[in-house]
Amino acid sequence: MRLRLHIWRQAGPDAQGMLKTYDLDNVSEHMSFLEMLDVLNEQLMEKGEEPVAFDHDCREGICGTCGMVINGRPHGPLARTTACQLHMRTFKDGDEIYIEPWRATAFPVVRDLVVDRSSFDRIIQKGGFISVNTGNAQDGNAIPISKTDADRAMDAAACIGCGACVAACPNASAMLFTAAKIGHLASLPQGQAERFSRATNMVLQMDAEGFGSCTNHYECEAACPKGISAEWIAAMNRDFAKAAITSRD
Amino acid sequence: MDLKNNIPSGPLEQKWDRHRAELKLVNPANKRKFNVIVVGTGLAGASAAATLAELGYNVQAFTYHDSPRRAHSIAAQGGINAAKNYQNDGDSVWRLFYDTIKGGDFRAREANVYRLAQVSVNIIDQCVAQGVPFAREYGGYLANRSFGGAQVSRTFYARGQTGQQLLIGAYQALERQVGLGKVRMHTKKEMMDLVVVNGRARGIVTRDLTTGKIETHAADAVLLCTGGYGNVFYLSTNAKACNVTAAFRAHKRGALFGNPCYTQIHPTCIPVSGDYQSKLTLMSESLRNDGRIWVPKKRGDNRAPDQIPEDERDYYLERKYPSFGNLSPRDIASRAAKEACDDGRGVGPGGLGVYLDFADAIKRLGRKTIEDRYGNLFEMYERITGEDPYSVPMRIYPAVHYTMGGLWVDYDLMSNLPGLFVLGEANFSDHGANRLGASALMQGLADGYFVIPYTLGGYLAKGGLDTVYTDAPEFREAAAAAEQKVHTLLNINGKRTPASFHRELGKIMWDYCGMARNEAGLKTALKKIPELREEFWKNLTVPGSGEALNQTLEHATRVADFMEFAELMCVDALHRNESCGGHFREEYQDEGEAKRNDDDYTYVAAWEYTGDTAKPVLHKENLVFENVQLATRSYK
Ligand SMILES: Cc1cc2nc3c(=O)[nH]c(=O)nc-3n(C[C@H](O)[C@H](O)[C@H](O)COP(=O)(O)OP(=O)(O)OC[C@H]3O[C@@H](n4cnc5c(N)ncnc54)[C@H](O)[C@@H]3O)c2cc1C
Ligand code: SF4
Ligand code: FES
Repeated sequence: MRLRLHIWRQAGPDAQGMLKTYDLDNVSEHMSFLEMLDVLNEQLMEKGEEPVAFDHDCREGICGTCGMVINGRPHGPLARTTACQLHMRTFKDGDEIYIEPWRATAFPVVRDLVVDRSSFDRIIQKGGFISVNTGNAQDGNAIPISKTDADRAMDAAACIGCGACVAACPNASAMLFTAAKIGHLASLPQGQAERFSRATNMVLQMDAEGFGSCTNHYECEAACPKGISAEWIAAMNRDFAKAAITSRD
Repeated sequence: MDLKNNIPSGPLEQKWDRHRAELKLVNPANKRKFNVIVVGTGLAGASAAATLAELGYNVQAFTYHDSPRRAHSIAAQGGINAAKNYQNDGDSVWRLFYDTIKGGDFRAREANVYRLAQVSVNIIDQCVAQGVPFAREYGGYLANRSFGGAQVSRTFYARGQTGQQLLIGAYQALERQVGLGKVRMHTKKEMMDLVVVNGRARGIVTRDLTTGKIETHAADAVLLCTGGYGNVFYLSTNAKACNVTAAFRAHKRGALFGNPCYTQIHPTCIPVSGDYQSKLTLMSESLRNDGRIWVPKKRGDNRAPDQIPEDERDYYLERKYPSFGNLSPRDIASRAAKEACDDGRGVGPGGLGVYLDFADAIKRLGRKTIEDRYGNLFEMYERITGEDPYSVPMRIYPAVHYTMGGLWVDYDLMSNLPGLFVLGEANFSDHGANRLGASALMQGLADGYFVIPYTLGGYLAKGGLDTVYTDAPEFREAAAAAEQKVHTLLNINGKRTPASFHRELGKIMWDYCGMARNEAGLKTALKKIPELREEFWKNLTVPGSGEALNQTLEHATRVADFMEFAELMCVDALHRNESCGGHFREEYQDEGEAKRNDDDYTYVAAWEYTGDTAKPVLHKENLVFENVQLATRSYK
């Protein structure tokens, strides 16, 4: 098939960006979306032009590296599908496709479609862990955990840290990402000791990074490739509120 | 060169405990005076960096990713082995040890593998304590599944995302230390070279991928945890950025490379669909628990699978290996698939595929159970192929997956260069000529959480390390060489892209140094690789500059190293005149089964760089088996 692509090109963090149009021929429906971009890039390079910079690594929907807004939707039109898992059979001959980077103050553009998501790591640094040192833990079966709890924890832990939730949110809020981590650890007995301080510290860091607040649009849930539920946000808010009431410092 | 493996004396079961007791300790107040560089923050690197920081060392960690959570370890699906014997099905440390030694076709060190099996049980405890949401039974206990090469159920898993959950566990422990200021994390920095001062590894040269800046960093020890080199084949199940640069650069600085030709070809991957193909996708081996592998009995039978009656199907693994059946080890299952396809009985486009069929399992267990077990894998398959595996059998074909070879290390995980430690897939140590499923995650975490914290202390406590500064000539020379490499690559101004060279190199490797190898083919490869390399340095194009994010340049620097490393692999494959594990030399077989030559090849081939990749010097570490008897591997 033949496609017309409108791609955001921006040479660097401080450079002016704009959409540039490219026509691409002979796109196979079996290609992945990123393979389609590979083909475009090879053609650009053969002409001596600079290829489109985009992030990716596993190309299996698990590393969370890829991410671009495709026709206005983070990761493109298919629900629960990362950009790297999207295949061209979703599009048809003659389609025009708009491709842009995540847009959020806390995710500055590095180049073209690549953004800096280090703010996510800094949120984790504030409490997205259990404070145990390696080496002398008790037997794994010493704390029985019901299958329901383990499954719930896993639902939240499935987050790949891609940032689509932020890109989808009109306020560029990172609530879903943060709530997923807090929810994962709060669902398990191991996570109880630091449960409330964790919620407080991570939420405060989220604000400090310049992410917006949540005004219940639920766009994040719709965009999330891993189907993380917005219910985690409500749970996080409860823990955060409870922490504020019980805080003694 | 005298290759000392430093295996402690004494009975196998006591070696590690005794060694730990005898290793010198660094006193707590002194630990913070030692600087340690950890390159790579996948399972091996993140677990090592976090643990060393917990102990009090000053750690600097490096990754070319934008966050440690992106490392290739994240993609591991199936699970992690541990000799917990929770199922009470006869598992034990000894059995895991034996399965691993046998699975590796008797080409690994007994002592290392035994230690791996011993610490496997601690890994699970540690990960549970970190909050890794392993699958549970209804009663609340940890659940297990079976993997290839084993007859017990010892694999722990977190849905189909075990690697993700283990890496997130290690990543969180690491970020905790970053927050505490004990680890300085350098993301988006790629190691370009190792710096050796007075014969010891004392630092690295990095390139900042966002700004292009070349920097040098000094330390008391350097840990390479930089993963495997399967991408030398271009198409593999590895993440796109995986590369050999860090290990190969260390090799060029004097570190020996162990068994580079040992490559694992995984039997269950989605077949290639076109020449634009950028990578191959693994379908977890755990699928072989319930899926049955078959091809039509008749050649060129192109009826739809549901039109082929039961008695016209060849369930070839069940037929040839009745006791392990569909759970035969990977090398054996891969070769059997190749054999069926070479025989003209392959299915799908080009006849390069075999069926992995769940119809029986769905009938027996119900769709819901299959969904619970493999839902996300089935979804992934459908996204890629557009076919629904609940109703049509999957089509699979072998693909490059893992590299058992790696930098040579002793029992302490130290290379022959003092101060250079190598962990995880980057070292050669535990899997011999073939790795069993669910054992790489185990090894990465064993190395990082439980081995290096002791052995690194032993090295540092010995002393003799004077302070080095990055203005020493060795650092300046290495930095200048890295600058020069970048400059050269940017200024060839030829016509072909790094990807086009990488593809062609991969094809040479797959055709001549892939699933089956022979003398003539390897010699052809050894002729073609230098020719391609010459063209690379004459006809490469890398648009853009070295002062900003330039992904083409990143790729070019990596392909440049693959171009040399590929030659070393072929030299190793050619020298090993036997078949063992993943190394199948067509000249050495017994009706399709690998034929080892224990008299002449029971050794680790450790290659020394001489300035010419075609002419490395071979050093042999003889493998001594005191506890197991070398036997022909039989899974029949
Ligand atoms: C699809 C797939 C599924 C798998 N499933 C399983 C499974 O179910 N069970 C199992 O046991 N094993 C599995 N494996 C194998 C296992 O995942 C890997 O062997 C293991 O995770 C490797 O871990 P590592 O820490 O050694 O390396 P990696 O996770 O590859 O990490 C390498 C790190 O080094 C960094 N790095 C590399 N070079 C440089 C450089 N020059 N400069 C700076 N940083 C650098 C990278 O950024 C990264 O942080 C699977 C592998 C694949 C491909
Ligand atoms: S919550 Fe979903 S969208 Fe947000 S980072 Fe995690 S996986 Fe991505
Ligand atoms: S490239 Fe890893 S999730 Fe898309």
